[in-house]
Amino acid sequence: MEPDLSRCSHSRDAYGEALVEVGERNPAVVVLDSDLSASTKTSRFARRFPGRFFDLGIAEQNLIDVAAGLALSGKIPFVSTFAIFGCGRAWEQIRNTVALDSLTVNLVMTHAGLSLGGDGATHQSLEDLALMRVIPNMRVMVPADSTETREMVRFAAREPGPKYIRLSRRRTLDVFTEGEYRYDAASYPVLADGTDVTLCTCGCMVRESLLARRLLGEKGISARVIDVHTVKPLAREAVLREARRTGCIVSVEEHSVHGGLGSALAELLAEEYPVPLKRIGVQDQFGGSGRVDELYAHFGLDAASIARTVQDLVEKRRR
Amino acid sequence: MKPATIEDLETIARHVRRNILRMTGEAASGHYMSSLSCVEILVSLFFSEMRCDPRDPGNPDRDRFVLSKGHAAPALYAVMAEKRYFPEAELSFLRRCQRPLQGHPVMHRLRGLDASSGSLGQGLSTGIGMALAARLDGRPSRVTVLLGDGECQEGQVWEAAMAAAHFRLDNLAAVIDRNGLQISGPTEEVMALGDLAAKFRSFGWHVITVEGHDLGALLGAYREMRSVRGRPVAIIADTIKGRGVPFIEGNLKYHTQPLTPEELARAFDCLEGGPHGT
Repeated sequence: MEPDLSRCSHSRDAYGEALVEVGERNPAVVVLDSDLSASTKTSRFARRFPGRFFDLGIAEQNLIDVAAGLALSGKIPFVSTFAIFGCGRAWEQIRNTVALDSLTVNLVMTHAGLSLGGDGATHQSLEDLALMRVIPNMRVMVPADSTETREMVRFAAREPGPKYIRLSRRRTLDVFTEGEYRYDAASYPVLADGTDVTLCTCGCMVRESLLARRLLGEKGISARVIDVHTVKPLAREAVLREARRTGCIVSVEEHSVHGGLGSALAELLAEEYPVPLKRIGVQDQFGGSGRVDELYAHFGLDAASIARTVQDLVEKRRR
Repeated sequence: MKPATIEDLETIARHVRRNILRMTGEAASGHYMSSLSCVEILVSLFFSEMRCDPRDPGNPDRDRFVLSKGHAAPALYAVMAEKRYFPEAELSFLRRCQRPLQGHPVMHRLRGLDASSGSLGQGLSTGIGMALAARLDGRPSRVTVLLGDGECQEGQVWEAAMAAAHFRLDNLAAVIDRNGLQISGPTEEVMALGDLAAKFRSFGWHVITVEGHDLGALLGAYREMRSVRGRPVAIIADTIKGRGVPFIEGNLKYHTQPLTPEELARAFDCLEGGPHGT
């Protein structure tokens, strides 16, 4: 039932490969970057299709609106840079030019969360899910692993409308198998079964959550882990089913507790099916320099911290 | 259809001016001053320079137009009505709830718009995307973006200026409505733009300076624009804010304030018989 916790890979590499794949299938696919193609891995597409790749230099506002113009003329742009610059600096361009008319622009931003460890607070992104989630028409996705990343890129190349796909610099656990896994926006894959609590997680936190589940098992707590790959629109029925099943929800995200996955779940459950809920994430703080594992421990996002928080919630409920 | 003569364009421009005053008067809102300064630019583009057909607004080979100074929407709407993109009667519903003519242009609400706009500084970038797409597909489409001069204070305009020259987009033109005024005052007092022509030239653009209310001069500028190869073209059009209604021309008081019914009546009189009306 539980995936092998040792096999990891870079979802950015999967992104770069998938771009070439969709680019071969569809000549309308174009790719734009902001001087970071070696890091975002759009460089792979650039080598294969130099005529359909545009490096806009260090100018994110222009980057987003050039992509909008390409979309207005029938192209299918994928746009990449670091998450905080793409979603933050160019937020208003995304709102007013991309999303207002629901243009098909695929924003695939990398190095999200704390994953730029050493670079510190300015380069880390703990607000991007919130920033993208409040924009009407925008779809917000966080792949758990490389296979899901490839599936989301195929989905993005095929389906109309603006989308945000959040990638990490860090390697993710390989939980799915290429060829078997299909991305389905209406359901969330169960990564491990359990009965006392459901951990709703995404991206790099999938591995920490599965490790936390192991620790919880040693304490006699049975945790279920699901991959909430789509933060907006939420698969409402899938979330409500989880609430009915275990009666206790914990969100685990490498993002501020304000406005991201935890907020989305809390908003739905508070209105539709209130159950005990805990949001694990960064508490209204900026990141900072450090190794990513150190930062996870500092902000309470490592497996041990997650397990402690979940244990508190479940024991409180049992009393 | 035979090409429009200067006289034809002048007649259209007069009618467009009347509609700008009428629609912003009825709405008691809307930027008529900024609209009046770009009438000749829009009329010459839509009725002479651009390849655009209201019966076939989705034609991939059409020329594209982006009103980056989106607050001049009344001028664009009046020209589009004149061109029969929609019935003229719709002009009475400017800025009304759930109607197509939004305060700033919104593409999915109005058939025939090539882009939404209004947040300043973004249109030139959008135009670059359209010009790149036309080049990729080998289409003859040209892209024209109309910017305000105050708008050129936005940093993104210069990101775009750099990129358009870098990509050698000779199918892209920026027309700058150089009326010299922005909401708080003269551009040179609020935040000096200085020598805009020199700035664009130094970014690698071919620059043409023109009297922006002279239809013949504008048509000449477009001819020169079409002959330029390997670089984008900036047409800096010297204009007068509120042009056509002498008592409001260049008068900052009217930048945001709607005309009273008496002022409106006086303005219509100016257009009919005044010094700029015929």
